[in-house]
Amino acid sequence: MTSLAPATRRLALSPINRRRLANFRANRRGWWSLWIFLFLFFGSLTANFWINDRPLLVRYQGQFYLPVFVNYPETDFGGFLPTTDYRDPFVQKEIKAKGWLIWPPIRFSWNTHKLDLPTPAPSPPTWLLSDRTCRPAALLQHKHPPPGEACNALEWNWLGTDDQARDVVARLVYGFRISVLFGLLLAGLSSVVGILAGAVQGFYGGWLDLSMQRFIEIWSSLPQLYILIIVASVITPGFFVLLGVLLLFSWVSLVHLVRAETLRARNLEYVNAARALGLSNNRILFRHVLPNAMVATITFMPFILNASIATLTALDFLGFGLPPGSASLGELLLQGKSNLQAPWLAITSFIAIALLLSLLTFIGEAVRDAFDPRKSFA
Amino acid sequence: MTSPLLHVTGLGIGFQARGALTPVVQDVGFTLEKGRTLALVGESGSGKSITALSLARLLPPAARVTGHINFAGDDVLAMSERQLRALRGRKITMVFQEPMSSLNPLHSIERQIGEILELHGTRKRDIRDRVVAALAEVGIPDPAGRLGAYPHQLSGGQRQRVMIAMALVNRPDLFIADEPTTALDVTVQAQILALLKDLQTRLGMAMLFITHDLGIVRKIADDVAVMQKGRIVEAGPAASLFAGPQHPYTKMLLAAEPKGAAPAVDTTRPLLLQTGDLKVWFPVRRGLMRRVVSHIKAVDGISLQVRAGHTLGIVGESGSGKTTLGLAILRLIRSQGPIIWLGKDISSLNSTAMRPLRRDLQVVFQDPFGSLSPRMSVAQIVEEGLRIQNSSLTATERRSRVTAALAATDLDPATMDRFPHEFSGGQRQRIAIARALVLEPKFIVLDEPTSALDMSVQAQIVTLLRDLQARHGIAYMFISHDLKVVKALASDLIIMKGGKVMESGPAAPIFAAPQHPYTRALFAAAFNIEAVSAAEVAG
Repeated sequence: MTSLAPATRRLALSPINRRRLANFRANRRGWWSLWIFLFLFFGSLTANFWINDRPLLVRYQGQFYLPVFVNYPETDFGGFLPTTDYRDPFVQKEIKAKGWLIWPPIRFSWNTHKLDLPTPAPSPPTWLLSDRTCRPAALLQHKHPPPGEACNALEWNWLGTDDQARDVVARLVYGFRISVLFGLLLAGLSSVVGILAGAVQGFYGGWLDLSMQRFIEIWSSLPQLYILIIVASVITPGFFVLLGVLLLFSWVSLVHLVRAETLRARNLEYVNAARALGLSNNRILFRHVLPNAMVATITFMPFILNASIATLTALDFLGFGLPPGSASLGELLLQGKSNLQAPWLAITSFIAIALLLSLLTFIGEAVRDAFDPRKSFA
Repeated sequence: MTSPLLHVTGLGIGFQARGALTPVVQDVGFTLEKGRTLALVGESGSGKSITALSLARLLPPAARVTGHINFAGDDVLAMSERQLRALRGRKITMVFQEPMSSLNPLHSIERQIGEILELHGTRKRDIRDRVVAALAEVGIPDPAGRLGAYPHQLSGGQRQRVMIAMALVNRPDLFIADEPTTALDVTVQAQILALLKDLQTRLGMAMLFITHDLGIVRKIADDVAVMQKGRIVEAGPAASLFAGPQHPYTKMLLAAEPKGAAPAVDTTRPLLLQTGDLKVWFPVRRGLMRRVVSHIKAVDGISLQVRAGHTLGIVGESGSGKTTLGLAILRLIRSQGPIIWLGKDISSLNSTAMRPLRRDLQVVFQDPFGSLSPRMSVAQIVEEGLRIQNSSLTATERRSRVTAALAATDLDPATMDRFPHEFSGGQRQRIAIARALVLEPKFIVLDEPTSALDMSVQAQIVTLLRDLQARHGIAYMFISHDLKVVKALASDLIIMKGGKVMESGPAAPIFAAPQHPYTRALFAAAFNIEAVSAAEVAG
């Protein structure tokens, strides 16, 4: 009782969390994967600012415009359409005459159709084209023959275009974003539902447990894909409809795991000791049982996240996913399959999906190591 | 005799992990002659089991062994895997601590014993006769009728007898017994030890006996080697070692048995707790309608009284219902019959009404590893009760009470932000006591708080408990199978068997002159390790 340890530092990391962080960092592969993934994810979240068919800033007739945030009608810039197509040469000419505009580095969005391709769509990456192929298109754009390489005078498609003349880089970045967001949301929501259902079943047991188990058995034997097809025929499957329908089935995967862990934990002596201290059932469940059941759950989490992303990709690939025209990794993969003569489509989508799923798996492994209480790290 | 049967010199064992070698056994040497018994004594973690395993080269692949193990003229460390297989199960056999997990639950005992015979070249048609003979030898009643029995159909003592039969059926030269009686009840333990001693004299084999219990060593061993932290600190004939221990560690081990007696009963102190004919019956349901066909009577009509500041000892062997009784009194399981706490019947209160009472009724469990949540720091574990029972306290006040409770149990309060796995078994048990103590309870149920701990740590915990009782006037209900510990603490005593009271009353007269035959058998086994015939125990 000589030294009363300081009671402050509530916000600082507790020793066990510091140890977990150290354990996590000790797994170099997971640590690097996390940073790479965060970089990619942040990059895709801010895609509107660096890969978009709208300028970042427009100065026109002494006024500033922010087209990324606001939809200006074309009438503002001397046209007549309700929305402005900033890629339109007429609009560009008009703005440049009475002000200036700043473009993002890549001037395509996921739904921008490129109108002046040097070859029929799908068009290969511009750096693969020969000077002879580029020349007619360059001539058409600039009205006079370009000095030097004709391809350099064109607007570049770094990874080519798909069969509807949309830039593959833009499709990839926006598709990545929607896949990851969808996966995170689905994994998060289904974990919350699954963990709660499993914990309640395991902890309270008895009739509740029995009837819910039987319900889950019946429920999980419903054919998921057919239900999706039926739903898709009634309502247009948008992002949240898909999320909801997949959530109906995906929460089941964690229930058995959490239930088993809770069943085990509820008979341990520290639960009895907590009961003897006068803790209520809910408090015991959330403070004592669930945290100790979490390692098994967290071990499973990266796989659920991966499965969610893979499910969306698969549905898009089959054509039952997001509405037609949406950017998604599955749709890109489907284009690759239908256009075998355009290998840049298949190769790009394959590498993107493989990289994403591998990164998440590596991160998951590191998280699992970090949460293992008995793991020592040197 | 030209050379001894087993001669070990300079034995060193280390474990290789991540490029670093952790030594667990260093420079161990001993000699064992045919027909003699060497006891290897030490506390948990002293390396005694590892040493025994190395004799038959049964160590995990990460182990690195140096030195010499000479068995009947051959160097065991130089043997090929083929030679080792011929050695194991024929020349050197072992019996382990836990008879349930040592036997394969899916095989009948005939098959398990027969397998060893078959492996070492007994003809098929002789096997059954030899198995029956082996079972008869270890005192299994009706051996021919028990051949088809599975491990779960046998009692703990019978399982250990089967293990011994398996080990001895090939007439080994060296028999290694690794804590063969630790998992057993005291009366059964005495029977097994008597059996081992008898078989050894008859078969003339050498026995290496590993234990932490000096009482057993005194009973069974010719020679003793005391191990501490992977080294043999003292060795010699048992008689001279017990008469005049030289090494301080040996002296400490010998002095470690719990001492002192509880104060006599002071009938002027108020009654805290009373039960009348308390019953815990678990229904046995059968059939489609799940009708209750009978009951398992775990606690069958127990009446007890606990006075303030006194200790009630509950003694019984495993399965006697003593833990169930403790849980029932704390209202952690359903029971019938009144539980009167300070004049008020609490047996029908719901969990909300029980909550304010819980601060006075606390509990410490047996397993110091299972009773602390591994994901909470010591401070969080100890302060949890305060959050519920004293919710008006600020974080600083809670912290200072936790500090006081840890200090009262002789733990360094500076360690309160560490996690349970960083503490030893004894320290964990102190944390569990601090968790109960921080609420300043009037009554604590101690459910075998010392039985998972080493002998010297047991004595410390007993002393701590007695000090706390003297200082705070807490009443204990001390549940244990270990009569030595109970004798040091309890003023009143209840001897339980099969959920019923065998004998009860003030502790001193019962220890001096037990009346009930079961109590007498129990005491003989516990204090003198003398086997009493099964018939008498059953009475």
